[in-house]
Amino acid sequence: MSREAILSAIRRGLKRGPLPPDQRLMLEARLAAHPRHLIPARSRLPRAEQVALFIRNVEKEFGSVRRLADAREVPAAVAEFLAAQNLPPRLAIAPHPELIGLDWSARPMLQVEARRGAAEDAVSLQHGFAGIAETGTLMLPSAPERPTTLNLLPDTALVFLRASRILGAYEEAFDLLRAELGAMPRNVMLVTGPSRSADIEQTLELGAHGPRRLHILLVDDDPAALSAP
Amino acid sequence: MHVTSPAFKENAARALGDPGLQKALGKAKGAFLQRRAEAVARLPEFEALRDIGRDIKNHTLAHLDFYLETFAANVERAGGTVHWCRTAEEARAAVLEICRAAGAKTVTKGKSMISEELGINAHLEAHGIRPVETDLGEYIIQLRRETPSHIIAPAFHLNREDWEADFRRAHTDLDPDRVFHERRDILAEARTKLRQQFLAADVGITGANFLIAETGSSVIVTNEGNGDLTQTLPRVHIALASIEKVVPTLEDCVSLLRLLARSATGQDFSVYTTFSTGGRRPGDLDGPQEYHVVLVDNGRSEMLGTEFQEMLRCIRCAACMNHCPVYGAVGGHSYGWVYPGPMGSVLTPSLIGVDKAGHLPNASTFCGKCESVCPVKIPLPKMMRHWREREFERHLQPGAARGSLALWAWFARRPQAYRLATRAAVALLRLLARGRGAFTSFPFAGGWTAGRDLPVPQGRTFMAEYAARQRGR
Repeated sequence: MSREAILSAIRRGLKRGPLPPDQRLMLEARLAAHPRHLIPARSRLPRAEQVALFIRNVEKEFGSVRRLADAREVPAAVAEFLAAQNLPPRLAIAPHPELIGLDWSARPMLQVEARRGAAEDAVSLQHGFAGIAETGTLMLPSAPERPTTLNLLPDTALVFLRASRILGAYEEAFDLLRAELGAMPRNVMLVTGPSRSADIEQTLELGAHGPRRLHILLVDDDPAALSAP
Repeated sequence: MHVTSPAFKENAARALGDPGLQKALGKAKGAFLQRRAEAVARLPEFEALRDIGRDIKNHTLAHLDFYLETFAANVERAGGTVHWCRTAEEARAAVLEICRAAGAKTVTKGKSMISEELGINAHLEAHGIRPVETDLGEYIIQLRRETPSHIIAPAFHLNREDWEADFRRAHTDLDPDRVFHERRDILAEARTKLRQQFLAADVGITGANFLIAETGSSVIVTNEGNGDLTQTLPRVHIALASIEKVVPTLEDCVSLLRLLARSATGQDFSVYTTFSTGGRRPGDLDGPQEYHVVLVDNGRSEMLGTEFQEMLRCIRCAACMNHCPVYGAVGGHSYGWVYPGPMGSVLTPSLIGVDKAGHLPNASTFCGKCESVCPVKIPLPKMMRHWREREFERHLQPGAARGSLALWAWFARRPQAYRLATRAAVALLRLLARGRGAFTSFPFAGGWTAGRDLPVPQGRTFMAEYAARQRGR
């Protein structure tokens, strides 16, 4: 069997046999504890500044953010964004209770379908699991209510995110994932800005195979995040 | 893949005389260096993170059997399948078998260097399955039937004119008189063309930047989103990965991710970093039904326990080749196989043999820049020296080189004779120079003077100068 052949070649190279039980236990304990290493200080900030850092980093990576006082403002904000960008008032939204539950009928011009993404979609609205201030990164784990295709197929990707879900570092976001979802979802995307390529003469161009635009609707549900720094 | 590493000297000479290549290299050279330097300057902890990255990889390699077994068990727990492959041949067969079982006609591919190493595309084509590269750089390389010239920027050697000409040639269904005003127009055309391919493919093949033992996940890092479309839309996802890609935990992985993008493209983080774990779950509206990991050794396990073990820490960021004066002059194709630049000069002899790749570790001035930018602190110059020693031990160098080394060694072991000889050489060279600062040609030194001048010694020998200064103190 190739599996055994590879494992014994590795052990031969390491000049030892299979690991003794006490060493296995030690490694299993390391996996269970999954210790953190050095985390850069840049994201260890008071709440308001942490959220401001997240926004600054999203914008640095060519994304955009609109802050909303309440989730109920989302349909209007979507309609206004699409109008301003000259986009058709039609979008696929994630079938997530927080998005389906919004009063879309208040914006009768918007055609809203809760489903996965399709190739011809111009616009999608995804439900953001968490934001990571360190680099302005969104964490988007797959689930029936959070289809991965919504992150990838549309030209314009909108993401709903609560300010209370913005964390400092990647490690904090993965701990949140472990605490709330238990096992690793099928797919976890960390998204930092819209799609791009520098393959032509090492010069950056936006809009490769993924979305050309990334716009985050940030709902300020965290009073601590509001106080001006 | 066809190996031209034994012809490195001829390849390099041709590359130096290729105006298109020199133009592309000249343009690209500065971009990566500046962006990396800026990204590093923005993160005060970067140097400390390099030590951490080195330690994580060392820990993993020391327990590689344990972490691979754990990884495989967790892939299977999540409903995926691991295919253990000792050789490139076994890996090609495994990929073909999965594609056949899926009834695949078209396969989309994310950028993967291990796929180049294994020769996956040629193998699929030979068996009637069409592979479509979807990374923009890989796409044009496939159109040109070339190989990548850089491990993260496959089309590093091309200019905009090449892109336009190749797209006109390949996309014959489009208006032949269309104008590409900007680079963006080239990108838009590729996006439209490849969108159709993503939707039609039966199988998606990606590489893996990391494998995570704790969760049984494969991780890809891209900017374009092509890797994600490749692994999300088709019914079957195959992740190709060599055994040294495994890391223990998510925390270990993100520590290395903090180094990867900064070292590679000078971004703080790549646009898409995606963790895949098993196939579609109950209720999921998208994602592949099947998830396979083809886990490849192909020579890695033989590097363990040798002076080349540290090379297995490599996370394929390309910082070493971006900073290498030799790569910057001759480009990636000169190296003659999959991996160019300093990391290729160390890895290639390990994987295809020093008899074929002996020129590569010699193509270095030992300036040390590669080691100084390596995110996991691989001592690349030291390992190139080890290859030179092995090459010498195995009598692979030409007689003249061995003879000269033996002559030098005779003098080096006899300090009096050495000093006498160098003093005589200095005097002779100055006599022959008759006041000139350098020779443009010199008997038996044509190899040197063809590309540069030979400076005439100014002043005394090092030992004479040293002795004089000691007396003066």
